[in-house]
Amino acid sequence: MEDLLFELQLALPQVILGVINGSFYALLSLGLAVIFGMLNVINFAHGAQFMMGAFVAWLLLSYLGIGYWPALILSPLIVGFVGVLMERLMISRLYKLDHLYGLLLTFGCALVIEGLFRNTFGSSGQRYTTPPEFRALDLELADFFLPGYRVWVLIAASAVCLGTWLVIEKTKIGSYLRAATERPQLVQAFGINVPLMMTLTYAAGVALAAFAGVLAAPIYSVHPAMGANFIITVFAVVVIGGMGSIMGAVVTGFLLGFVQGITDVFYPEASQTVVFVIMAIVLLTRPAGLFGRA
Amino acid sequence: MTVNRRTLLGAVATAPVWGALPFRSARAQAANTIRIGVLNDQSGLYRDISGPGSTQAVRLAVQESGITQRGVNVEVVEADHQNRPDVGSTVVRQWIDRDGIDVVVDVPTSSVALAVNTLVREKNKVFINSGAATSDLTGAQCSPNTIHWTYDTYNLAKGTGGAMVRAGGQTWFFITADYAFGHALERDTTAFVTAAGGRVLGGVRTPFPGTTDFSSFLQQAQRSRAQVIGLANAGGDTINSIKQAAEFRITRGGRTKLAGLLVFVTDIHSLGLEVAQGLVLTETFYWDLNDRTRAFTQRVGAMPGNLRPSMVQAGCYSGVLHYLKAVADMGVAAAKASGAEAVNRMKAMPTSDDAFGEGSIRADGRKLHPAYLFEVKTPEESKGAWDYYKLISTIPANEAFRPLNEGGCALVRS
Repeated sequence: MEDLLFELQLALPQVILGVINGSFYALLSLGLAVIFGMLNVINFAHGAQFMMGAFVAWLLLSYLGIGYWPALILSPLIVGFVGVLMERLMISRLYKLDHLYGLLLTFGCALVIEGLFRNTFGSSGQRYTTPPEFRALDLELADFFLPGYRVWVLIAASAVCLGTWLVIEKTKIGSYLRAATERPQLVQAFGINVPLMMTLTYAAGVALAAFAGVLAAPIYSVHPAMGANFIITVFAVVVIGGMGSIMGAVVTGFLLGFVQGITDVFYPEASQTVVFVIMAIVLLTRPAGLFGRA
Repeated sequence: MTVNRRTLLGAVATAPVWGALPFRSARAQAANTIRIGVLNDQSGLYRDISGPGSTQAVRLAVQESGITQRGVNVEVVEADHQNRPDVGSTVVRQWIDRDGIDVVVDVPTSSVALAVNTLVREKNKVFINSGAATSDLTGAQCSPNTIHWTYDTYNLAKGTGGAMVRAGGQTWFFITADYAFGHALERDTTAFVTAAGGRVLGGVRTPFPGTTDFSSFLQQAQRSRAQVIGLANAGGDTINSIKQAAEFRITRGGRTKLAGLLVFVTDIHSLGLEVAQGLVLTETFYWDLNDRTRAFTQRVGAMPGNLRPSMVQAGCYSGVLHYLKAVADMGVAAAKASGAEAVNRMKAMPTSDDAFGEGSIRADGRKLHPAYLFEVKTPEESKGAWDYYKLISTIPANEAFRPLNEGGCALVRS
């Protein structure tokens, strides 16, 4: 019993780290859920858009001297605008077709975007230094050191997730969006510009990915494949949470970070696999996902 | 939904398969033309250590060999193997059967290298491997047609593992990528650590690919109180491990050191000295090692992305230069007729070039040259761009690689 208590005490910092990593899952799966919920598009370019967010932050810093804080706003706006172009020029043509077409298109886009970045910036990655002001948030508890920047990631991601959920569930715009998902023609008949709303929704989902990218830039190396490493796990998160469920995506994101944190301590070999084991169990018992409506 | 022909074609078109384009073939000149195929990663994580930069280095070797002045044509082509053995084999088969390639160069990624190794032997051409790590190329799978030029897992493990224990790193903890490469590197390094009187306190196996956060593993390593954290991983995994070790101040106070078991100078460039300082690693070439390496770096010019040459790219230069010397010595016709004969001639001649200095090639195909244990400088110690390493110790050529009789190579008569 004492052994177990000791183990748990050791595990606590790892669990905290896991939940912080879960912030990235939550942000990314939130963007995917928003896009899928409103547009019915499985956005496989999400990883590439996450990567673009990090790269734009790096470009702003190294070529224009624009630092972390403005980049946190500017980068999602810039990448969101790229999202607008993608939606207008390509994705909007596929709304009437099967999901699979949107998936193939966005997957192709992801490959092209990654290839372009790799050709231009190489494969070994760029560095983005953590802004020094976060040192003030550094936590030191006995043996355990938690960098202030990770604390900030948790705060920022939670705030953005909560904000997005409030906008969609509690505001008038959110209600239009939800209505347009169910009955687009009817909503349009009330004089609401549904295609514009779709475009902006896609851009917002993309901007969320880019925001996560800026948050990730100081932690991970900024390189073209950084999104591809994340995206598979994030799709599992969306499936577990329930496709298109905003709440499901956020809660599941943090939850899986927590589970991975525990797995990292007790059986690190399985820390990736555990997500997919959970996905299989959820699909068998609740095919619509934990928070999905069947 | 229905999948029609058009959809399928579209899907196929998006797949990232950009095979080697056939080059102009002038059959009339074929007998007097040496064709070199540079096969490596042009689009993935090894692009910066090999990629188009390797081709650039090969072109320099062709130019400096002086062979074209003697009326011999040399053609250089390149292709992307995407780190996939099937893609690599297909390209090499086409190159040899259709395009008349005489020598295949570079080929990072051990699985692809082993596939190409078998194929080149079957076709009796020449394989000069610079990029791959596996020591099997000169061990169980050694071939009369293959020379393994730059480094291998044994050499890295011995350099970093053995030398670090002697430098005071007695206790070790491994962070190992959970696949064959990581396991082999951990196993080999453990052997040297224990042989030198050190101890391994523990380790974690991290899922590959897909692990992005190493902070939990690093903290476990720190709690083990080991003096050295050995990173038995590569590429992005290593970069993330080192970056996050700095973030979590794992090495502060100087009690713990990080040992990168496969780290290239381009990785250090990507990380920056602020983050990478204090890291210990083994390489066989560093651009700023001596006057000759600096002269080579000057002549080869900036690599794509404005990088300095890696040891893999330098190995491509050195290997092709030596091959062309052998061709000049034995004649184009003889060299083209039998790859094994060309390799024999290369083994019979001592090597000499600016990148690796004086060296030789052993019966099992192992190129011998010294290896260097480096420590990454602090930002204060660095005097300028790309001034990254300080030399801790030099491992002489006869000690840097696996002893000839231990590899299990069938070409070696005991």
